[in-house]
Amino acid sequence: MSSELLPYTVKPHPVTGVYSGKLGVWLFLASEVMLFGAFFSAYILLKVGAPLEGPAHWPLHSERHMSWMIGGFNTLVLIISSVTMVMAWVSLKSGNFGKARMLLGATVALAVLFLVIKITMEYIPHWRDGLTTNTSNFWGIYYTMTGLHGVHILGGIVVISYFIGPGSKLWHENPEYYTNRIECTGLYWHFVDLVWIFLFPTLYLMS
Amino acid sequence: MSLKAFHIVFVIISTLLCVAFGFWAFDARSAGDDTSLLIAGSASLACSVALVVYGVWFLRKLKGVSYL
Repeated sequence: MSSELLPYTVKPHPVTGVYSGKLGVWLFLASEVMLFGAFFSAYILLKVGAPLEGPAHWPLHSERHMSWMIGGFNTLVLIISSVTMVMAWVSLKSGNFGKARMLLGATVALAVLFLVIKITMEYIPHWRDGLTTNTSNFWGIYYTMTGLHGVHILGGIVVISYFIGPGSKLWHENPEYYTNRIECTGLYWHFVDLVWIFLFPTLYLMS
Repeated sequence: MSLKAFHIVFVIISTLLCVAFGFWAFDARSAGDDTSLLIAGSASLACSVALVVYGVWFLRKLKGVSYL
């Protein structure tokens, strides 16, 4: 029914060449690039403008209490989650709904693992050490950028879980429409993972 | 751009990150004597090779799917 109300949910629009959902997701991702781009710019400006000494100085790599091992492992988790996400879409394209559902479940599990590691092994120990948003500009932008990214991960978990659960009935009504929705979700998920791939070296490796 | 095309871009950037992290680990190890950095650097470079192999396999698997 919904595909009758919304035009070009399955077939490509004659003007854009893509179905409407994909165009909408790319427009949304363009706005997300501007959002995260602004924070990366703020990070660079704060770092360049920070004093060399004193309480407001930019912390050296050794002063940040951040483990490259935890950050690296989380990067690996997100890379694998992108693979499971795209494989779910490939499975749907070949008509294998059961496998796709399992791969979407794996994506959600990996996303939850990422958040659990981030909170329990990084945020909580940092807070216990007194490293909060008020500590310095570095910690302020660190919590802002990783927190915003974490909210996006959470959003991805909600959307993918919906398509595993109540949203999956669309597969039985209109498989192509459902497959396209998973593709749109996959585009979003890849973007979120790509943001982390830039955050990891910026926050964990660069001194 | 389809998910196929975006995934290829993602794999390329991930591969570059793995190579960069590998060299970072070897460089950081040269300043000290941390065996974990040597292991991480080697594992990261191995991951970059695995990602290239995976990328080629993925492209072959989705030969008929559009990039748009």
